[in-house]
Amino acid sequence: MDVRLSPEQQALRDSAARVVDVLGPRTVRQLEDPERAAKLDAAVAAAGWREVRTAVDDGSPCASAVEAAIVGEELGRGLADTAFLGPTLAAELRRLAGAPASTSIETVALVPGLGALAAADVGQLREAAVAIDAAGSRSALVLAPAREGYGVAEVRLSALPIRVDLTRTSVALGTQVAVAALDGQARPLGDQDLERWTALGLAMACADLVGAMRGAVELTREYATVRRQFGVSVGSFQAVQHMLADAFVAMEGSHSVTLHAAWAVDALPPRDALAAAALAKAYCARAARSVCETAIQVHGGIGNTWECLAHVYLRRVLLSSDVLGGAGPSLARVLEHHGIGGTHANACGPEARRRSGESSAARSEHGTGAI
Amino acid sequence: MDFGDSPEEARFRTRLREWLKTNDPGLPASSTDDAYWAGQARWHRSLYDAGFFGLSWPKEIGGQGLPSVYEVIVDEELAEAGTPPRPSLGYLVQGILEHASDDIKQRFLPGIVNGRDRWCQGFSEPDAGSDLASLRTRAERNGDDYVINGRKIWTSYSDDADWCFLLARTDPAVAKHRGLSVFAVPMRQPGIEQRPLKMINGITKEFGEVLFDGARVPAANMIGKPGEGWALAMTIVSHEREPGELGYVARYKKVVKELTRRVRSEPSRFGSEQIRDLGWAIVEAEMLRLHVCRRLSDRLDGISHGPGGSVDKLLMTYAEQAVGHAALAIGGAAHDGGDDTGLKVYLYSRAQSVMGGTSQIQRNLVARRILGMPAS
Repeated sequence: MDVRLSPEQQALRDSAARVVDVLGPRTVRQLEDPERAAKLDAAVAAAGWREVRTAVDDGSPCASAVEAAIVGEELGRGLADTAFLGPTLAAELRRLAGAPASTSIETVALVPGLGALAAADVGQLREAAVAIDAAGSRSALVLAPAREGYGVAEVRLSALPIRVDLTRTSVALGTQVAVAALDGQARPLGDQDLERWTALGLAMACADLVGAMRGAVELTREYATVRRQFGVSVGSFQAVQHMLADAFVAMEGSHSVTLHAAWAVDALPPRDALAAAALAKAYCARAARSVCETAIQVHGGIGNTWECLAHVYLRRVLLSSDVLGGAGPSLARVLEHHGIGGTHANACGPEARRRSGESSAARSEHGTGAI
Repeated sequence: MDFGDSPEEARFRTRLREWLKTNDPGLPASSTDDAYWAGQARWHRSLYDAGFFGLSWPKEIGGQGLPSVYEVIVDEELAEAGTPPRPSLGYLVQGILEHASDDIKQRFLPGIVNGRDRWCQGFSEPDAGSDLASLRTRAERNGDDYVINGRKIWTSYSDDADWCFLLARTDPAVAKHRGLSVFAVPMRQPGIEQRPLKMINGITKEFGEVLFDGARVPAANMIGKPGEGWALAMTIVSHEREPGELGYVARYKKVVKELTRRVRSEPSRFGSEQIRDLGWAIVEAEMLRLHVCRRLSDRLDGISHGPGGSVDKLLMTYAEQAVGHAALAIGGAAHDGGDDTGLKVYLYSRAQSVMGGTSQIQRNLVARRILGMPAS
């Protein structure tokens, strides 16, 4: 066991960090600067980061989920307003189905609560769906019926983008939208493929959450040091220091579980990889919301205005938390892996996802726990 | 980046797993029962003699010089087998290794590591808890000895100890942090009285009060230089805060495993709130295991004594207290006079946010030393 990043992985992290530090939005106003956003998008495209999960000759991915998580964490930290999570998950779906890599940017569509991959019946979506992280994508992948297991289908994206997360767009899909089977699928997807795919999605969402927490803590630390009240910097007050310390500690714990989840995607059997990813997601989703709430609180009145980046972090966190299940459904998955409760939370196929979505709503009302 | 075992690590794991099948001492969880402390010394020696304790410490002092990640394997396998955790005294070893002369290292470390000598740590005093540097226990030079007068409290393992790792004031004339020194004081002598303290969960063997009334210690037993006591104490507490040194992961996993077993055997007895508490305990205990993997891997670059220990201590505290909440939720408070193990685990867990530096002190350290926030 040696869970340090290799020199190559450190270099990858450094280069992703440089790209977002130079080209990412540093203020809310910069989110409206199309020239900057286009440069960031071009830099991410040139680096090939969206292709890390495309297949090489033997069908294995170009790079492991650890590399995907390293890039994802930096993009989250820098609030990168370019697509990464969606295209990476689409590439993984193609790889698992043995389909050729896409020649243009595409993403995936999830069920409305984002708890699972959306599914189609013959010719149309089974229910409304949401294409996530859809900037630059003209189509999204969903599950399709197949004689055995599942197939992959694509839907065209024509509706206007929605921006709850100000850095990543979604597109809502009605059931009438046309669905076409993806060309060149070499094999159907089995339950294990879907578990592996879900594990990757959860681990990458965790990496984004860790990055967002790191960015939010840094933004807030800086502000607390500069902002003066009562003639002193508010960061000198113990009450404020303890909030920041708790946020930092939550981020560190999240980092540890996320490293393991990312490693597990390619190293463990699918069922165990999914359990590791769900455990990380439960921890990170709870932590990230709390950290971003701290960011807003410490920014005071300014933190409650649109101009402050704190809510941009929170909004990004809300999306990444919901992708493939937030704290509640992820905790249900963890418990089920230990033989307790919910008979279907761990399955990732279309039959299971409704039920896991329902248990998510029931469980997520329970607040934040220890952090 | 690899959480998996290397071939050597896998062989070690198999050997340990086999050994544990026939060598589980069958002791209760350390936090709940005096019977644990009665058998702890034997467990320590048994682990050591079989080659499963002190793995990452230098060979000269009885360790095996292995990478520190082997300690993770030990914690995982002890938890899996449901045995007690490994003895938690790595912080003493690290402090002595870092600060002491070769003479002191050779005289004392082998006995600490192999479990033949029992040690307690005399730091806190009635008026010096979080403000440790204000401690008043005096050590005054008298010929070849120092003479000690004062009172230590909340001293872990004092009733069983052969030696006390004592922090005392040797120079009252200088600033409070600068006048402290550390000694290896023999406990079994007329000038020392040890009184057990009963903890809130009822156990009496872990916690004590130690009174020094003219106790003597040879000057040659000073650890580090005169006035080096504060630096040494800070090295010790920084390691005392690291779950990798303490091996508590195994204790948490053992409790979580037992609670999971109970819920699985009678699921209808437990409501969603109780099960949710168990879920978070599973998550927190596993988080701590993975965090220790990360920290001990970082040590492959060399040991640091930095403020990161405060982060670890807070994460360990959240884990212990989440496990404590689950133990109370699933086990109940035993109002009917039934099995009160859950209650005892819960009550003991409250100490984790106090011992080794309170959570508030840890947050101060994280804010100032890691985040660089301004002093008030």
